[in-house]
Amino acid sequence: MKVAQNTIKFLLIVSIALFSIASFASDSETKHGKQNDGGRINTKEEVEAYILHHIKDSHDFSLFSYTSDDGERKHVGFPLPVILWSSEGLVSFMSSEFHHNDDGHVLVEKNGLKFAKIHSKIYELDKGASTLSFDETHHATNAHKVLDFSITKSVVGILLIGFLLLFWFSSLAKQYKTKKIPTGFARVLEPLVLYVRDEIARPNIGEKHYRRFTGYLLTVFFFIWVLNLAGLTPLGFNVTGQLAVTGCLAIFTLVIYTVSGNKEYWMHMIWMPGVPVLIRPVLAIIELAGALVIKPFSLLVRLFANISAGHIVVMSLIAIMFTLKESLGVVGATGLSLVLSFFITLIEVLVAFLQAYIFTMLSALFIGMAVAEPEHH
Amino acid sequence: MYNLIGAGLIVIGAGIGLGQIGGKAMEGIARQPEATGKIQTAMIIIAALLEGLAFGALFLGK
Repeated sequence: MKVAQNTIKFLLIVSIALFSIASFASDSETKHGKQNDGGRINTKEEVEAYILHHIKDSHDFSLFSYTSDDGERKHVGFPLPVILWSSEGLVSFMSSEFHHNDDGHVLVEKNGLKFAKIHSKIYELDKGASTLSFDETHHATNAHKVLDFSITKSVVGILLIGFLLLFWFSSLAKQYKTKKIPTGFARVLEPLVLYVRDEIARPNIGEKHYRRFTGYLLTVFFFIWVLNLAGLTPLGFNVTGQLAVTGCLAIFTLVIYTVSGNKEYWMHMIWMPGVPVLIRPVLAIIELAGALVIKPFSLLVRLFANISAGHIVVMSLIAIMFTLKESLGVVGATGLSLVLSFFITLIEVLVAFLQAYIFTMLSALFIGMAVAEPEHH
Repeated sequence: MYNLIGAGLIVIGAGIGLGQIGGKAMEGIARQPEATGKIQTAMIIIAALLEGLAFGALFLGK
């Protein structure tokens, strides 16, 4: 009885903390200012630039920034290591050396090479160049991109959530050795694990094979879900809204169902039995394109677009504070933005779960198609 | 300009599709309340596939 009470208390505290943090984010995130010059945002264009900046990955982890009384712009956050593979080999330094500059005017010199950061991309200046020059379309003319292995904000998010999941689930697994029923936070996780196994893996993959793939499905489900939720906190992660991350997850699924496909699966894909021979090559092209391109592409784009769109909507509603300040007054605009962003954040919590569910469900469905046992008539 | 018109068309199409899926699922649930779970799962899968298509089109048109 006491344990149950504690669990309820814990859940209550977590949900209160989550929502208060999310609404606190409405205050702190919008004060960020445009990253380029570090100033405040007032106009519609600056809001747009700021939102697009937030959607992208960044080389430093900034929590918020403000203007001090003597007019100086202060940034609160911490720098992250930049690791580059340049023409002279491996180079690394802290991202604070760019001093929050994002338009290539601050150069960092390491190993006799100069580096500049333009729109969150790091460029290496050509030999002998001392300043960056741009052409009419604002592309750097005397610099080229380098291979970037930096620990960016998204990488920090992935590592953080990865260790968190490792900690949660290893403690859950350990508890089964000594107890029949897990206690503490593990009791929250157990029904979720069972849900993924019994509602997603088992019906879609089939009784015979589902055990092999449950591990992968659980991993993607919790990885996507927890990262989606982390994106709603003021830490401002947008990990599952990065094409590289969703693309990588989609490729995992693609590899798994391609490798584990049985003879019947490939037979039906390449030389469909039961249709006229002339149509078979046409069907093979369609089936191959579907399995190797369209399925992973739809997984990739769905997650990316949903999460990015969610972030854009939340931030646009928060920005109502600035864009409608003249017509509604400060109190009206803030109130409207608070109400709208609160409700859209609630919907985003639902979307965070739904997208994790859909990704896992479709992965299970695709794997199930590949390993399905043939029915003999 | 044209890509905005295209985005509008995509959203109209996706809206019709989602409406069909949701409406038919509701009808199905009303006829057979005991199959609610199965119908919901199938509905979400189809909706997700449709959404993937719509987002893909929006993404390419951007």
